[in-house]
Amino acid sequence: MDAILLQILNGLDKGSAYALIALGLTLIFGTLGVVNFAHGALFMIGAFCAVTLQKLLNLYSVVIDPTKTDFLGNPLKVKVPYVESWFGEALGQSIINWSVPLAIIIAIPIMVAIGYIMERGLIKHFYKRPHADQILVTFGLAIVLQEIIKAFYGANPIPTPAPDLFKGSFDFGAMIGFAENTIIYPYWRLIYFVFSAIVIGLVFAFLQFTTFGMVVRAGMADRETVGLLGINIDRRFTLMFGIAAAVAGLAGVMYTPINPPNYHMGMDFLVLSFVVVVVGGMGSLPGAVLAGFLLGVLESFASMNEVKTLLPGIDQIIIYLVAIAILLTRPRGLMGRAGVMED
Amino acid sequence: MKHLSQNDRLLLIFFTIMVLAGPIILAPFGAGYPDLLQRFAIFGIFAIGFNILFGLTGYLSFGHAAFLGVGSYSAVWMFKLLTMNVIPALLLSVVVAGLFALLIGFISLRRSGIYFSILTLAFAQMSYNLAYSVLTPITNGETGLQLNLNDPRILDAANETGTIPSTNLFGLTMNSTAKFELLGMTLQFNVGFYFCAIILIAGFYTAMRITRSPFGLMLLAIKTNQTRLNYTGINTRPYTLAAFVISGMYAGLAGGLMAITDPLAGAERMQWTASGEVVLMTILGGVGTLLGPVLGAGFIKYFENIFSKINDSVLESWFAFLPEGVSDALVFVLHFFVGKGWHLTLGVLFMLVVIFLPGGLIEGGTRIYNWLRVKLGKSDDSQKAAE
Repeated sequence: MDAILLQILNGLDKGSAYALIALGLTLIFGTLGVVNFAHGALFMIGAFCAVTLQKLLNLYSVVIDPTKTDFLGNPLKVKVPYVESWFGEALGQSIINWSVPLAIIIAIPIMVAIGYIMERGLIKHFYKRPHADQILVTFGLAIVLQEIIKAFYGANPIPTPAPDLFKGSFDFGAMIGFAENTIIYPYWRLIYFVFSAIVIGLVFAFLQFTTFGMVVRAGMADRETVGLLGINIDRRFTLMFGIAAAVAGLAGVMYTPINPPNYHMGMDFLVLSFVVVVVGGMGSLPGAVLAGFLLGVLESFASMNEVKTLLPGIDQIIIYLVAIAILLTRPRGLMGRAGVMED
Repeated sequence: MKHLSQNDRLLLIFFTIMVLAGPIILAPFGAGYPDLLQRFAIFGIFAIGFNILFGLTGYLSFGHAAFLGVGSYSAVWMFKLLTMNVIPALLLSVVVAGLFALLIGFISLRRSGIYFSILTLAFAQMSYNLAYSVLTPITNGETGLQLNLNDPRILDAANETGTIPSTNLFGLTMNSTAKFELLGMTLQFNVGFYFCAIILIAGFYTAMRITRSPFGLMLLAIKTNQTRLNYTGINTRPYTLAAFVISGMYAGLAGGLMAITDPLAGAERMQWTASGEVVLMTILGGVGTLLGPVLGAGFIKYFENIFSKINDSVLESWFAFLPEGVSDALVFVLHFFVGKGWHLTLGVLFMLVVIFLPGGLIEGGTRIYNWLRVKLGKSDDSQKAAE
């Protein structure tokens, strides 16, 4: 029992990332009808927002500290980050320490802006072109974004630690009544799960309870009629693209402490997120979220040693196998509407 | 060649001459050395095969590198077990890739459009992951499959030289090169290149015949309107599956040739970036045209070679005549696009082609030709009017 729970927990953090990226992909597909191969790159850019903020906060000036001396008695030069000299030592240090959560604040406007520019500048011109062209142009864009990040940050993963408060693990099993030391879980993974649950909840609430969201939902169901009613649906869809980009970006920001980001992390996640979208059902938002968590947990079960000895290599391919099985037996996916992209 | 039209015959002859004269034509451009020429030919074959699927039926596969990888692995295994002669290796790689394509195509072709792309992508990633992990006994995992001194090679005579034998065609070793000096250039005629070149020409001819055949027309009809074909009572799946298998066999052939020119095989050949590369080549050259994919493959491989060699000091020497500030700024900007940044150039180029020139280089050529014709024609007219 505890082993099962542990695997479920282990799958949740990857599942959260899949769910967030797949949610964004589905938002874009559901509103604009475009398959965005550059979505993984947006996830990656989000992660690099966190990296950039961390680097910016660590910019320092060299000052002479009269209180410390080297062995010759000369005053020592120390590096003092600007934030420490501006806000005082204690506050400055905790700002640097909390750079990853703080990056959320800068990531949202940046990602919305990138999404907006992408839609207006590029994707807008591709609505009337075949799906293959949309795939190709966004694929090209993904390469470009990826290579730009690589040119600036290099090819190696950049460690971006979580705040000290959330480093390490805790005994989750003991808290919920299992024997001690059976379910040890890292703090940050739990936070990642809670964070993504909140983001997903916010997106759904936005679509469900605001007038803007209502119009967008109406537009997803029947774009033409909404347009005929005198609503500028294109403008709203553009904003939805921005929101989808922000969701991917946030997923990236918070993922940095789990895995140090490198320039191709987006592509690695993208392929899997497509599979998630297909399993969940093209165009179904709850389907994308459900399938994201489901496949994350499934992957974690498949990587258990017991399963691996029984079926070697299953952990590498389980997601693809599920996707192939779903596509062949139930092409609309788990929760897809009938008739939407079924062939 | 009886069944070909006049134009096709001319195109084929032109193509044959250009390919066979490759070492001479490309030598002034710094591309006349065997390694690069072989890559032109191999990726040309790969792209021709991909075009049979994507160009004719419109099915966009994102997993073609899997067949390339399978072809490479089978060829290397043939070298290890049977003989260093290239013929059995090539045959096996084509057959295995074909069977593999049959299996994947049978499943993937039940869906079309985006789903087909995603399914093929999933299969390719699956093969790549398996090649890296569980199939290590067959693929040798991360190190890649290599030749060893103590491989059995049951058909070959006992190897007493103490070095790993090289691939050969009935004794003619693939890496032997004849060099000639001409006008200060070294012309290198390499056996491996000519072997690849002859297969490239044969592959080009086959693709031409397929395109012009009733079967090819059927494939084009599938691209144009599959629903209508279905309504007229035609089952399209055998046709698409045949196209898929044929293009998979081309990919396997290319993979086998890769192993012949350089006998090792690694899993990274199956990664989806490799699949993306062949899509790039085909699009860049011109989807659905005969010559386009070969042009695109050559273009990308050539500029990959040139661009990745340019570094900052080369750039500085180019712009030395400019004022210092301007040249520094230019070097700073261009620095991102050359050397290791070659992929950025490729990505930008790819986007530009998809956006402005969906028909690729071939369409660009046609446009320029038409523009010139109109322009020249007009000047003729105005001259006549003046007279």
